[in-house]
Amino acid sequence: MKALAEHFVSTTNSCKLCKPLGACLAFRGIEGCVPFLHGSQGCATYMRRYIISHFREPMDIASSSLGEKSAIYGGGPNLKLGLRNLMNKYNPQIVGIATTCLTETIGDDTSRYVTEFCQEFEEFLNFHGRPELVTVSTPSYSGSYMEGFHAAVESVVAKLAKNEAVVDSVNLFPGFISPADTRYLKEILADFGLKATVLPDISETLDAPALAGYEKIPAGGARLNDIRAMGGALASVEFGRSIIGSHTPGNILLQKFHQPLYSSGTPIGLQETDRFFEILEKLSGIPTPEKHALERGRLVDSYIDGHKYVFGQKAVIYGEMDIVIGITSLLVETGMKPVLVATGSSSKNFRNAIEDVCSGILEEFPVVMEDVDFFDIASEIKSLEPNLLLGNSKGHRLSKEMDVPLIRVGFPIHDRFGGHRQFSIGYRGAQNLFDLIVNTLIQRKQDSSDIGYGYI
Amino acid sequence: MGSTIFEERDRQIHRKGDEPFSMDCDMPSLAGAVSQRACVFCGSRVVLYPIADALHLVHGPIGCAAYTWDIRGALSSGPELHRLSFSTDLQEKDVIFGGEKKLYQALIELINRHSPKGAFVYSTCIVGIIGDDLGAVCRRVSEETGIPVIPVQSEGFKGNKRAGYNAACKALFELVGTGVIDDISPVSINILGDFNLAGEIWIIREYFERMGVQVVANITGDGRIDDIKRSHGASLNVVQCSGSTIDLAIMMERQYGIPFMRVSYFGVEDMAESLYRVANFFSDGDTDIMDRTRELVRNELAQLYPLLEKYRKDLMGKKAAIYVGGAFKAFSLVKAFRLIGMDVALVGSQTGTEEDYRELYDITDPGTIIVDDSNPLELSSFLQEKDVDIFVGGVKERPIAYKLGVGFCDHNHERKEALEGFVGMLNFAREVHSTVMSPVWRFSPRRISQHSSYELSLKAV
Ligand code: SF4
Ligand code: SF4
Repeated sequence: MKALAEHFVSTTNSCKLCKPLGACLAFRGIEGCVPFLHGSQGCATYMRRYIISHFREPMDIASSSLGEKSAIYGGGPNLKLGLRNLMNKYNPQIVGIATTCLTETIGDDTSRYVTEFCQEFEEFLNFHGRPELVTVSTPSYSGSYMEGFHAAVESVVAKLAKNEAVVDSVNLFPGFISPADTRYLKEILADFGLKATVLPDISETLDAPALAGYEKIPAGGARLNDIRAMGGALASVEFGRSIIGSHTPGNILLQKFHQPLYSSGTPIGLQETDRFFEILEKLSGIPTPEKHALERGRLVDSYIDGHKYVFGQKAVIYGEMDIVIGITSLLVETGMKPVLVATGSSSKNFRNAIEDVCSGILEEFPVVMEDVDFFDIASEIKSLEPNLLLGNSKGHRLSKEMDVPLIRVGFPIHDRFGGHRQFSIGYRGAQNLFDLIVNTLIQRKQDSSDIGYGYI
Repeated sequence: MGSTIFEERDRQIHRKGDEPFSMDCDMPSLAGAVSQRACVFCGSRVVLYPIADALHLVHGPIGCAAYTWDIRGALSSGPELHRLSFSTDLQEKDVIFGGEKKLYQALIELINRHSPKGAFVYSTCIVGIIGDDLGAVCRRVSEETGIPVIPVQSEGFKGNKRAGYNAACKALFELVGTGVIDDISPVSINILGDFNLAGEIWIIREYFERMGVQVVANITGDGRIDDIKRSHGASLNVVQCSGSTIDLAIMMERQYGIPFMRVSYFGVEDMAESLYRVANFFSDGDTDIMDRTRELVRNELAQLYPLLEKYRKDLMGKKAAIYVGGAFKAFSLVKAFRLIGMDVALVGSQTGTEEDYRELYDITDPGTIIVDDSNPLELSSFLQEKDVDIFVGGVKERPIAYKLGVGFCDHNHERKEALEGFVGMLNFAREVHSTVMSPVWRFSPRRISQHSSYELSLKAV
């Protein structure tokens, strides 16, 4: 429910995306996986285009391409045909099948179709090396893309993770972070001497080097065998305050295999990152390696060098919940003043999480809005007179209309270059974001002053 | 691993050689293949979206609206209502109990807020399933608000993009014939099938105006509801782009006796030819129009050719691949590449007809691959096989080209450069040049072996 704004029936300029898109992104972070949408062709094509425009990478999403007949008599035959065609051409190790609004509405029982498929085509599957088939239900008329993302990871873990052997590694469920962040995360884990399975791992699959030949399925991603072994890992770490306490992959492993679960906010900013590093110290039994301690030290140094530029500056943050919570935390700890935080989705944790990261520093909490579109944000924002907007690129109109600079973070970033190479998490990400924020404010000052200032 | 061509798709690919031409097309996309096609809704949205003073409400779950929010560079010289994304964002309870009430409320709310000149309500897949009576709701809102509120029957699964074009044309046809036409000149046209990407319709309109032709309605680039209402007052419909608005032209011919002609504004030859044909149409009543048109073309070409020459020199003999939405555009592109000295090795479209492909067959060189409704696997294998220097396509094709170290030109609805008209040819040449001649390809793995001299020079260092 909307917190403050008047409740409108219509949606204008949505601040959320549909559920299967998130599922496709998550499936892309598994080695040898092809995302497959059970629905009509349009959804898959639209999502591909949307994702491609952010990552500038190929993104194949197969579709069962339902036509009118299937919509009436059920999509089973098309699904099965599609799976066979897909396997013939792509030879996947795993197919991630997400449903869409259409197939949910016509009442297709997708998991039953898949079970039937496995029985009917046993030989065929054997021939193709018995690829895993994971299904996830993602009707968009309930929930947004991050819910689809988490649901996909959860389905994969629920279906594949076993505890046949004890493995000396940890599971890390980072949520949706950039390929650059994922690479950095793996570097941190390695520096702590921790073996880890990061799921999903889009570090290579959605940011690959130039190639000599086209790869049907991009190299990289979490390995299937590592996912299967997750149940025997030492512990799980899960990012995202918005999902704490709900159905999550970490919780599944906890319940099934009594595996310790460490939940942390998405580590954006100094304090949220400190919490994550504490977990790592505990898990590895060693103190934070010097390299990272130095990175932290430099971050604090820069907070001090830059504090005057940002102090009291009013900010509006919008987008997916866990990014918004993290950014809010960073802004608050550097002396800025979030006046409005908004998200297109909703969670019972969101408001508490925001208040939590604000408390102790901020006297007046920001306005918190859930389940909003850009029209609601625009109506709310006018009286708040912010100095800065932070969020995905879909706020560019707002930024232009209000003449307030926008710092692009999260997904999607369709109107700038290299969004997927941006660091947001950890001390390195905080440094990148803080530099960006300070420079944006400085530039604003320089541009709007007659003198121009050669030194600021 | 098998070949990259799906057996079922064999007949949708033709290699020009000894065999006589024969091809299948207009087939539903193959399940499990990653088709580059979109849906019926997408087709309707493409056609109607540029009408800038209309409210475009997508009745369905949020994705269908979110993915089409301001994705096309269709410019407006006035209102910009079309650039906002409106949705009913159907929720579970609407799916169960029906979405008509929500649709009604959303329409009233938005019409009160924006006072549009008209509204289009797009049906999406699940609306087709839950069975909302779009027509009834639209009629009611139209009566209450006094503006045309038009349902667009664009349920995604009911065919492909072409079906969407048809649904859009039907919606447009409801507007035609409802406006006043007394002050329209006999030398007048409607421009159909131009969407004013990067301001292109302004270029074309200006040509027609210099020829002395009145443009009654832009359908639909920089379009206005009131213009479309009186578009039946024009003497001729000039239709661009394969399928998208031809159905409307046919309906208008039947109902109002307005003849139409198919034209293309891409490339020098087709652009000039289009203007001449329009001039010819009016030359009985306006004896000077041909002279004015010749003068116009002469002036434009005199400016253009010297500028093109420098690109042509660099581009001579380079190879191109084309994969676009409609086949009609592909014809013009083949000719445009020829004009700048390049060879076309692959040409295909998402929605061409047999007749279209036959024409492509006729105008291409031996060895050229002609393909219908392709997918990333096929396209990438063709690009490699033909070792092309540039690929012309849409945003979804871009990463395929780049990943393989092949240049790229966006010739789709998202382009930001005007490619129509004589000036468009120059922009096109410049864009092709800027990608084909870039030095970056020599670093791409696929090209490294071909630049062995470069490698040798590296080793020598
Ligand atoms: S139908 Fe549902 S899944 Fe498909 S694009 Fe629309 S919202 Fe997304
Ligand atoms: S739900 Fe239907 S109308 Fe919407 S994008 Fe998907 S195929 Fe197109």
